[in-house]
Amino acid sequence: MSAYDGLPGDWELVVGLEVHVELATTTKLFSASPNRFGDEPNTNIDPVTLGLPGALPVLNEQAVELAMRVGAALNCTIQACTFHRKNYFYPDMPKAYQVTQYDQPLNVDGHLDLPNGVRVGIERAHMEEDAGKSTHIGGSGGRVHGATASLIDLNRAGVPLVEIVSRPDIRSADDARAYVSELRSILLAVGASDAKMEEGSMRVDANVSVHKPGTPFGTRCEIKNVNSVRSVGRAIEYEARRQIDLIESGDVVRQQTRHWDEGDGRTHTLRTKEDADDYRYFLEPDLVPLVPSQEWIDRVHAALPMLPAARRARLAEASGQAADSEAVTSVVERGQDDFVLAVGQAGGSVARALVYVKEAFAESPQVPAADLAALTLLEPAGTLTATQAKAVLAELVANNGGDAAAIAAAKGFEAMDNSALEGFVQDAIAADPDAWQKFCGGDGKAMGALVGLVMKASKGKADGKLVTALLNQKKG
Amino acid sequence: MAAPARATPPTAAAVAAAVRSGATTAAQVLEQHLAAIAGREPEIHAFNLVLTEQARERAAAIDATVAAGHDPGPLAGVTIALKDNMCTRGVPTTCSSKILDGWQPPYDATVVNTLRDAGAVIVGKTNLDEFAMGSSTENSAFGPTRNPHDTSRVPGGSSGGSAASVAAGFSQVALGSDTGGSIRQPAALCGVVGVKPTYGYVSRYGLVAFASSLDQIGPFTNSVADAALMLDVIGGHDPLDSTSIPQPHPSLRDAIQQGVEGLRVGRITDLPAGADPDVQERLEAAFDALRAAGATIVDVEVPAFTFGLTAYYLIAPAEASSNLARYDGVRYGLRVEAADTHAMYGATRAAGFGEEVKRRIMLGTYALSAGYYDAYYGKALKVRRLIHDDFDRAYQRADVLLTPTSPSVAFKFGDKGDNPFAMYLCDTYTIPTNLAGHPGMSVPFGTGAEGLPVGVQVLAGTLQEPVMFRAAAALERSLA
Repeated sequence: MSAYDGLPGDWELVVGLEVHVELATTTKLFSASPNRFGDEPNTNIDPVTLGLPGALPVLNEQAVELAMRVGAALNCTIQACTFHRKNYFYPDMPKAYQVTQYDQPLNVDGHLDLPNGVRVGIERAHMEEDAGKSTHIGGSGGRVHGATASLIDLNRAGVPLVEIVSRPDIRSADDARAYVSELRSILLAVGASDAKMEEGSMRVDANVSVHKPGTPFGTRCEIKNVNSVRSVGRAIEYEARRQIDLIESGDVVRQQTRHWDEGDGRTHTLRTKEDADDYRYFLEPDLVPLVPSQEWIDRVHAALPMLPAARRARLAEASGQAADSEAVTSVVERGQDDFVLAVGQAGGSVARALVYVKEAFAESPQVPAADLAALTLLEPAGTLTATQAKAVLAELVANNGGDAAAIAAAKGFEAMDNSALEGFVQDAIAADPDAWQKFCGGDGKAMGALVGLVMKASKGKADGKLVTALLNQKKG
Repeated sequence: MAAPARATPPTAAAVAAAVRSGATTAAQVLEQHLAAIAGREPEIHAFNLVLTEQARERAAAIDATVAAGHDPGPLAGVTIALKDNMCTRGVPTTCSSKILDGWQPPYDATVVNTLRDAGAVIVGKTNLDEFAMGSSTENSAFGPTRNPHDTSRVPGGSSGGSAASVAAGFSQVALGSDTGGSIRQPAALCGVVGVKPTYGYVSRYGLVAFASSLDQIGPFTNSVADAALMLDVIGGHDPLDSTSIPQPHPSLRDAIQQGVEGLRVGRITDLPAGADPDVQERLEAAFDALRAAGATIVDVEVPAFTFGLTAYYLIAPAEASSNLARYDGVRYGLRVEAADTHAMYGATRAAGFGEEVKRRIMLGTYALSAGYYDAYYGKALKVRRLIHDDFDRAYQRADVLLTPTSPSVAFKFGDKGDNPFAMYLCDTYTIPTNLAGHPGMSVPFGTGAEGLPVGVQVLAGTLQEPVMFRAAAALERSLA
């Protein structure tokens, strides 16, 4: 349940997200230095990265290809485009301008469908270069204010980014979270980025405003430093309440850039509209327009793998589960949907395989699909109880496969006849009359104790469902 | 005063042929030039740095190559001076600015590599107007260069040191950069050939940027044939410069073998007025010479030509304001210590840049600013497009155009120093070519007032260097 079900009054939340993604290229956007996270500071540098006088940028074809994949996966139009200089002075930007795309970006007018069916428009997904990384020493919380020294690492300077700008189509913090998760899955699926929010290869800025439905959008604030899917929701919820409080107390929302503080759970003013930089954009004269051929665009589309939404739909249909069920979403997210479907092709039950894989395959064991298929058939056939099947599954996972029937036999699992079960149930009632009394009095928890006694006596062979049915039958 | 600086020198091609054949040595050629430098450099100040020892080592290596039976290349033993805005590995590159104090590039410009591979001997780095902003070389932080024809006069600029080096015989040839006339105007004032090729003809990699969409490297030489040789060597695609033209260029040495019979030579009837009578007279003589050589003279109009200067002084400073923002005293060059980092940035830039550079940074920042962009930079881009289109129409009727290179012969020091706009007018005839991206060259064509050199400018359309060089060679032959 969303915290926003409790949004005060009839306020509506309006969110647009700007997501910066580092592309998984071998080298930087405009030079041959490696694009590699975690190296010794200032080792992946060259005259272009350092912005040395006379150095010139050369566009990385692999970066363009990955950016086009992102555009194609987000249903964008991929078009001829140009690069601009965004002029601003900051110590981790050695040229004193960032090369980015301005009025003619590579990808425009796409959309992303959330698992719950909400469609979020994508305004653009443009290419740009990353800045270096500043580390501030001596201040509070690693921020520049009050710092005694700032260390600059230019390994990140010039790393290729795609900035994905959504339309303000998001209406809840849950949908914002879902958008970020879904976008991340897509980026991983197309191999464009490792999309690790904790390492900064995927960074989210949220534009948040509130209004009453039917009235114009409110003044928005941009929230920066949102470093996890969880903080996306928290930051948006906090910011929306802050804005509603302002308006309801007779004040107004001022257009600002605000900084999310994970520690105190609040947003803080970073800069106001009045002291925003004038970036003096102009066409980057050191580069020529990028005009992807139709043949190249077609090739990117053709090479696109099946995307998470389609994979969820495919798995949902094969398993009979809902596309946004936890089992389907988590198995697709882990990339194990192909395996589950392979179990079906090997003659097994896709529905059972989905449950088994979701519960026991978090570590991605190498179990042959045919081995799991054999197990999925034993349980519905009544040969194994659910508890026994679980034990066999654990064995298959531990050994990276095996003959399910043989494992079951080795464990002494065999179907029990109901007359034997009847005896175990009688014994259990006799052994714990208190529990029986409570169960008859309507205490559901007491049933667990009785079932446990039956399981113990039957060495785990009893079918839990049948035991429950027998107990209820005896209660009358 | 006004005496020729020296006797007619041998051509670069002749020097290279003699060195390659063993008829002379690179060392002997170099020592002649070093002797000329020792004689007049204290007076002329063409160089920020003379690379005597490196040049001697280089000459010895070339001679060793010849002795071993190998070919050092088409510029074997040819001495060359480089404008000091081209990066040379481990050798100071100053742009004649204090802001780059002590900086030694860790890499060579592409042209430097190309010249070395061709067997040239770099004798030094030449003086310029700071960051190539100026038309007299008076804006150098290291003092002006003097015109070898009359040391009371400027050599032109911004590549004044390179022009003076060739005119004074300090080097056989030189390289300059031309953003609004910075090769052609000093070539005219110093009486040498100077070429600004089509934008993208020569790699800009390692050329310290002034205005990136206009900057282009080109040669100074004593003859049209040497200029052709130089461009044949340094021209061509460079994967490190995305704006360099991918197609190979035809040989200009071959092109100048052809005459100008039937060539259509355009006279721009609406050219902005302002050229001195002596300059105008030499231009008329040039038309006559080409007509006599078999060309046809046609009238053309280039209406937007007259707006070139205004558009240029918005576009070039705008790009410069961005290109020069990186000089902050942190990573290289001058640093003026101050109380905190921000004060250090300000103090460094205040002390490191000269007046003209500061003026252009402010002009350019203003032209790009929110609220002014459309009226200034945006409009200038439209004018630039008009100039390009007007030239293209003219080139449908004419193969080349002739104009004065400079409105006047070399002027005296201080004549225009107090008036930036008077200085800007020096480039009236050269600037539109840069805005169009077209080639242009200045050819010495006799003398004007006080016996000082006058240059005639030959202009042509995109990649029409072959026809431009044919006309230039015909002008040169007509004087022989």
